[in-house]
Amino acid sequence: MNKKVVLIADDDFDYLFITKFRLETAGFETLSASSQKQAEEIILAGGFDACVFDLMMENDDSGFVLAYKVKKLYPQVPVIITTNVTSETGYSFDNSTSWVKADLYLEKGVQSENIAEELKKLLKT
Amino acid sequence: MEKLNILVVDDEPGIRAGVKRILEKFEVDYPFMDEPIGFNVVEAETGEIAIDFLKNEKFDIVLLDNKLPGIQGINVLEFINQNAIDSKVVMITSYASLELAVKATKDGAIDFVPKPFTPQELRSSVENITKQLFLKKMTTKLNQAGKQIRFQFLSLLSHELKAPVNAVEAYLKMIKEKKMGVNINDYIPIIDRSLDRLNAMKNMILDLLDFTKVESGQTAKNIQDVDLVESLKLCIATVKPLAIQKEIKISLCSENPVIYKIDQTDIEIVFNNLLSNAIKYNKDGGSVDCCIKEEDKIITVVIKDTGIGISKEDQKKLFNDFVRIKNEFTQNISGSGLGLSIVKKILLNYNAEIKLESEINLGTKVIITLQK
Repeated sequence: MNKKVVLIADDDFDYLFITKFRLETAGFETLSASSQKQAEEIILAGGFDACVFDLMMENDDSGFVLAYKVKKLYPQVPVIITTNVTSETGYSFDNSTSWVKADLYLEKGVQSENIAEELKKLLKT
Repeated sequence: MEKLNILVVDDEPGIRAGVKRILEKFEVDYPFMDEPIGFNVVEAETGEIAIDFLKNEKFDIVLLDNKLPGIQGINVLEFINQNAIDSKVVMITSYASLELAVKATKDGAIDFVPKPFTPQELRSSVENITKQLFLKKMTTKLNQAGKQIRFQFLSLLSHELKAPVNAVEAYLKMIKEKKMGVNINDYIPIIDRSLDRLNAMKNMILDLLDFTKVESGQTAKNIQDVDLVESLKLCIATVKPLAIQKEIKISLCSENPVIYKIDQTDIEIVFNNLLSNAIKYNKDGGSVDCCIKEEDKIITVVIKDTGIGISKEDQKKLFNDFVRIKNEFTQNISGSGLGLSIVKKILLNYNAEIKLESEINLGTKVIITLQK
């Protein structure tokens, strides 16, 4: 079976490393981008089966913008958005989900530890 | 125009009609108001009707006669008091006794207008209450704005502190679960990264302490004559190790003392922040040129670097709290995003100006102007 390729975008060097490590040890191949700009270039080129985007990169809504672009070009590719921003710190995803079609939001920290399993679930459906 | 709702409770139709006529033509103006406040008057001929109105509608002011056919005015006042209805009550009554006045005041009436009253007496009572209500409303509004700003700050803060905590936590778990095998040497890179993140967090906490000091304005300032050239020299010595690592040359053009009345700690925070920015965002082998000049009681401090520069768009947001300009050049530089915000706040206390001239890839020039 071919390995599934995941595009990861995060401007935090450590998260990029951690996410890459988590996914590769779970049997994925990865493409990484350390900025929204880099990710946009990879999105145009294609060649991935799923995406994991950090929310805040150059812009506060970088992850949303990337998710939108992915879904426009490849509607079947699942997108996970990860962030340190949470509802308890006064940020709500509820208003944005209507136009941003991400499949899952994960808080960095405990929630994102199971990112590989979550991706596998999304890729099966 | 904003209108306050007034309920007039009196069994005499003449009084009710009079009050309505006087107040509906009346406007209260106040220097701080954008526009004058007018009045809507609703009439109730008995206490019972008044209570019905009060249950269903909000009245800012109630003009209340005591002597009514059914329940008395004082009972209406009790009802308002017990149900915590937010209305200001003025008693309008002809047989005002001291006993009644005491009881009414105890139950929250804020004014007495004895009958018969002149239009002017009525207007001046209503005017005073209107001004009170207006000020109360403005205070609430300002408090809410203050809370909003604090909340935004705390949200940003928790976000900024969570990022390193989560990263270090993930690394520690990788080590605990031996995700990279049993050789400890394989973990050195992620241990080093964890230490870097913790160090950055420590610096951020130090910046936060500076920030709260400046923000609260509570620390006693020790304003005295300070030689800015000497201070700058001191700060240059502090950042020297950082500069040596990146092979950056720092020069200072001024020799003669330039004296300015300022708190020594304040000016050191300003210089340290600007110098460390000039080094952190510089290129290896670059330079930082500093100059302090005094001319006609105006002191200019210039700190110029040969760094990565800041785009016009980013310059606009640079002085806000927790702003870090994110791009491919800055992503490996750690910072709290508070430095320039602190600098700006301190300088504001001295009515000093700070401005930037910057070009991408060529460098940034920070200019501070102080009035002697």
